[in-house]
Amino acid sequence: MAALLETREVRIVLNAFWPMLKQGLIYSIPLTLVSFTIGMVIAILSALLIINKVPLLSQLMRFYVWVFRGTPLLVQLFIVYWGICNPMKISNLVACVIALSLNVGAYASETIRAAILSIDRGQWEAGYSIGMTYQQAFWRIIVPQAAKVSVPPLFNTFISLVKDTSLASNIMIAEMFRKAQEFAASSLKYLLIYSEAALIYLIFCTLLNALQKACEKRLRVGK
Amino acid sequence: MYYVKDIHKTFDGNHVLKGVSLDIAEHKTTVLVGPSGSGKTTLLRCINLLEMPDSGTVHLNGAEMTFGDGAPPKYAGSAARALRKKTGMVFQNFQLFPHKTVLGNIIEGPIAVLGVEKTQAVAEAEALLKKVGLSDKRDAWPRDLSGGQQQRVAIARALAMKPELLLFDEPTSALDPELEYEVLSIIRQLCAEKQTIVIITHKLSFAQEVADKIVFFDAGQILREGTWDEMNDGSVPRIAQFLNMLR
Repeated sequence: MAALLETREVRIVLNAFWPMLKQGLIYSIPLTLVSFTIGMVIAILSALLIINKVPLLSQLMRFYVWVFRGTPLLVQLFIVYWGICNPMKISNLVACVIALSLNVGAYASETIRAAILSIDRGQWEAGYSIGMTYQQAFWRIIVPQAAKVSVPPLFNTFISLVKDTSLASNIMIAEMFRKAQEFAASSLKYLLIYSEAALIYLIFCTLLNALQKACEKRLRVGK
Repeated sequence: MYYVKDIHKTFDGNHVLKGVSLDIAEHKTTVLVGPSGSGKTTLLRCINLLEMPDSGTVHLNGAEMTFGDGAPPKYAGSAARALRKKTGMVFQNFQLFPHKTVLGNIIEGPIAVLGVEKTQAVAEAEALLKKVGLSDKRDAWPRDLSGGQQQRVAIARALAMKPELLLFDEPTSALDPELEYEVLSIIRQLCAEKQTIVIITHKLSFAQEVADKIVFFDAGQILREGTWDEMNDGSVPRIAQFLNMLR
């Protein structure tokens, strides 16, 4: 056992673990959380504008969803950073948050739109029939039911986003995968180091799975 | 005074209501009958503006909206809500809020719309649950109730808003006969209490029993209105044919 721990491979793996995890904790996770939060705000606004067929804005949102779902995230990242932010002296971190938020917002917009539309029209009418305003019927009757429907697909998006932060390495953000590339290059142990990075992503996503279960359980009231 | 006047409604080129006028007598039970697609449900939904008429007037005891001239009014605007607050609606398929308990369903309107204190809303809801015989289901979820129980909760939810006018849209057509009975007996009680009620039903025996006035719809118009005996005198072949068919 002692001999095994002293092999060069094990030393390399152990040495890389904390620095990679650390970059994950200070870059990948915050990038995910901030982008997801902003993305959700965009998604809710976009879904509402589209559902309510607000003139001009709903067409604009449909265009936005079409473009961001129809182009690769890496390309979006490059356009936002190299094309827009870098010339304007805006940092790569901000560029990354913008690109990830817009990307997540486009996918989540469709999820939320579908969830809201999946609720029976009669539920709106039941709300109106007791004198509710649009806002009251929406927030008190429709949203709680739509939230329940949208939890699994939104967690899909959330979990994808954790992994998509690895693309930020391409615009020189020192997140987890960038660190893995450095360790791999210096040690030449590609299989080991990249597998280790994969494992850390897997740990993050497993935690999110648990969070999803907890959310679903909490929302599992009524029908 | 409660009435609708000259109501027209068209869905995708289909003229569903062709100038319907109806007086709704206070403290009386008005029963709408007629074949499917004759416009009864659309008229009922126009009374509380779940459907906005294309033209015509809806007048409910001082609150009034006229349609047809100028821009169409807002679906959930203050004028529409003022009318809706005077009415209580019981739907064919109950439409309880699945994310709220039985009690939660009943206190939702009083708290959110009328601004009643929660303790008072709960006390009133408990009294209504007693009235519909479901005190023991106070904390149950709608999905755990039978159809008849769900409809009784829906009636309590409508009553919780203290409506002046109660609207029932085929309240028992989604129920089997046994459950139908428990819902009908509550409606029967409300009729006896002299609530102002408009009800659509295909149960002619029930209509005969509770109706102060029967209104017969055919092809988007009111063919005739009157008491049960007047309707049954055989003078209008279309009505006689319909009544015989259901008997």
